[in-house]
Amino acid sequence: MSQFPIGSRATEAMRVAKKQAASAGLYGIMAQFGSADALLHAAETVRDAGYKKFDVYSPFPIHGMDDAMGLKRSLLGWIVLSGGITGLLTAIGLQWYAALFDYPLITAGKPVTGFAAFIPFVPVAFELMILFSAFAAVGGMLMLNGLPAWYHPTLKRDSFARASDDGFFLVIEADDNRFDVDVTKRLLEDHGGRGIELLED
Amino acid sequence: MIDTTTDIRAGERAPLVLAHTGYHDVTEKVAGIVENKAPKWWLPAFLAAGGLATVCGGMICYLIATGVGVWGLNHPVGWAWDITNFVFWVGIGHAGTLISAILFLLRQKWRTSINRAAEAMTLFAVACAGIFPGIHVGRVWRAYYLAPIPNSNGIWPNFRSPLLWDVFAVGSYATVSLMFWYVGLIPDLATMRDRAKGKVRQIAYGFFALGWRGSNRQWRNYEMAYLLLAGLSTPLVLSVHTVVSFDFATSNVPGWHATIFPPYFVAGAVFGGFAMVLNLLIPLRKLFGLHALITNRHLENMAKVILAMCCIIGYAYSMEFFTAWYSGSPFEKFVFFNTRMHGWIAWAFWTMIFCNVVSPQLFWFKRFRQNPYTIFIVALFVNIGMWFERFVIIVSSLSRDFLISSWDQFHPTWVDILTFVGSFGVFLSLFLLFIRFVPMVAMSEVKGVIDVHPKASEPLHSEAMEVVK
Repeated sequence: MSQFPIGSRATEAMRVAKKQAASAGLYGIMAQFGSADALLHAAETVRDAGYKKFDVYSPFPIHGMDDAMGLKRSLLGWIVLSGGITGLLTAIGLQWYAALFDYPLITAGKPVTGFAAFIPFVPVAFELMILFSAFAAVGGMLMLNGLPAWYHPTLKRDSFARASDDGFFLVIEADDNRFDVDVTKRLLEDHGGRGIELLED
Repeated sequence: MIDTTTDIRAGERAPLVLAHTGYHDVTEKVAGIVENKAPKWWLPAFLAAGGLATVCGGMICYLIATGVGVWGLNHPVGWAWDITNFVFWVGIGHAGTLISAILFLLRQKWRTSINRAAEAMTLFAVACAGIFPGIHVGRVWRAYYLAPIPNSNGIWPNFRSPLLWDVFAVGSYATVSLMFWYVGLIPDLATMRDRAKGKVRQIAYGFFALGWRGSNRQWRNYEMAYLLLAGLSTPLVLSVHTVVSFDFATSNVPGWHATIFPPYFVAGAVFGGFAMVLNLLIPLRKLFGLHALITNRHLENMAKVILAMCCIIGYAYSMEFFTAWYSGSPFEKFVFFNTRMHGWIAWAFWTMIFCNVVSPQLFWFKRFRQNPYTIFIVALFVNIGMWFERFVIIVSSLSRDFLISSWDQFHPTWVDILTFVGSFGVFLSLFLLFIRFVPMVAMSEVKGVIDVHPKASEPLHSEAMEVVK
C-alpha cells in the first residue's frame, strides 16, 4: 500500500486492477450491438459511467455519436486554415520573387511595381491556397487519426471484420481508470452488448 | 424489385435506394463486383480499350519523334484538336467533382450511390486531358519549362499568362481530386481488406486501407476532412474551368474575347460531365445489376441537371451572338454571323446546336427523362455536342481572325483523329481497371443514408450471419 502515497482505497484498487490487466496483456473489452441506435445509447451509458478511454466502431459515421461519446469538435479546421495561409503566402512570395524581384519581366505593358502588379497573381495564389489546404486536410486527418497504423488489437479479431460491413462495436480500453474486467463487462452486457470478447494488446 | 423511386407521393420523400436493402446487402453487392470472377465481357472490353490506348501511345510517340507537323495545324490555326480535346476532357471531369463536392455541401444524399464512379471518371478524364497540352508544346522534353523555374537566361515563366495559370489550376485540380477520391475510398478499402481472401489481396487492400478501423474517433476527423475537402473542391472546380476559359477570354481574338466565358465554360463542363457519367453508369448499372443502388431517380435527377445546364448554355450561346452584334465590331460579328452560322465550319456549329440545345429538350417530358435508353442517347448527343462546342470556339475564331490574307481552314490528319480516339481507350481502360479492383459505389456513404428499420432487418441479419458462420 505504501507505494501509492496519494488517493483513496478505491483508486488504489483500480490501479492494482489496471496493473493486473496490463500485465495480462489486455487491451480492452469489446462488445457488439445490434444497430447504430443501440450503439449510440451504449456510448451514452459508457460516457455517463465515467469512462474516458473507449471507442465505438461502425461501418459508417453515426450522427450524434460525438456528443454521445463526449468528444469535442475535430481540430482539423485549424490545420487546414494554416495550410491555406501557407499556400497563399507561398504563391504570393513565389510570384513576387520571380516576376517582380528577381527578373521583372514587362509583358503587355503591365506594371511591375505597386499594388496593381500583384493583380495577375490572383489565380495562382488561389489555386495554391486550395492545394495546400487540401494537403493539410488529408495529412492532418491521417495524423489526428494516427494513420497509417497497420496494427490494432481490434483488427486481430475475426468477429471485428463486421465493423466494416454491418457490425457495431464498442471497446473500453484496459487503460481507463475505471476499467475493471468484471464491472465493465457487466455494464456492457446490461446495455445490450453481445458477443463480449477480451482483446489482447 | 420494382423501382418506385420516381413515383411522386405527397408528403413522402423518395427512398434513396430501393427498399429492403440492408447494410450487408450493400457490402455484398458492391464488394462482390470486385471479388467475384470478372464478367465475360470485361476482358474483351479491357483488351479493346487497351488496344485503343496503345494506339494513343503510338500516336504520341510518332508525334514526339516527328514533330507537331504530323497534326493538321497551320497558320493561323495553331490550336485545334489538341486544345479541343484538352478542354473536352477537363470539362468531363467537372461533373465528378460537382457530384462529390457540391452535391455533398447541398446535402443531396442521392449522390452517395454515384459519387465514387463519378470521381473516378474525373480522375481519368483529367489524366486524358493532361496528355494534350503536354504533347502539343512541340519539344515535349522541355515540358519542365511549365514549372516555375528560371531558364538559363534567368527568366521565369510568365505569371501574368493564363497558360501558366492553367498549369497551376489543372495541376491542383488533378491532385486535389485524387486526394478527395482516395480519402473517400479509405473506409471501403478497409471493407475490402476485412473480406479479402488470399495473401495478395489482403496485403494490397490492407496497405491502401492504412489501418482504418472505423472508430468514431477516426470518423470524427474523417468527416471533418471530407467536409473541408468538399468545401475546397467546390471553388476549385469552378476556378479550373474559369482559368481554362481565360486561355481564350484574355486574348483579343474575335469570338474568344468575352466576359461571359468563365460561367459559360463552367456550365458547359458540368453539362458534358453529367452526360459522360450517364453514359458510363447506365450500362454499368445494367451489366452489374445495380438497380437497387442506382435507381431510376438517380438517372432522372441527372437528366434534370442536364436539362438545366442545357438551358444555361443555350442562353450563353445566344448571349454570345447578342454581344457580337451589340459590340458593333465587324470582326466579332463576322465570326458569329458568318463563319459559325454559315461559314466553312457551319456544319460543326449546327451539330453543336442540335446536340446541346435541341436534343436535351426531350427531358422536359417525364417519359423521356425516366427512360434509361433515351437518357443514354441524349447523353451521347451531349458529349458529341460538347466536343463540337470547343472545336467551334477554338477553330472558327482562329481560322478567321483580323487579316484576311492569313485566313485558312483546318483539316485533321489521321494522327489527330487516332490520338483523340485513342484517348478514349486510355479513359476506358483506366475505368475498366477501376471497376475491377475498387468498389465502384461508396459503401460507407450509402450505408449512412440507408433507412434500415432497426427492428425489421438488423437482428434478422445478425442471425442469418450466425447461421452462415
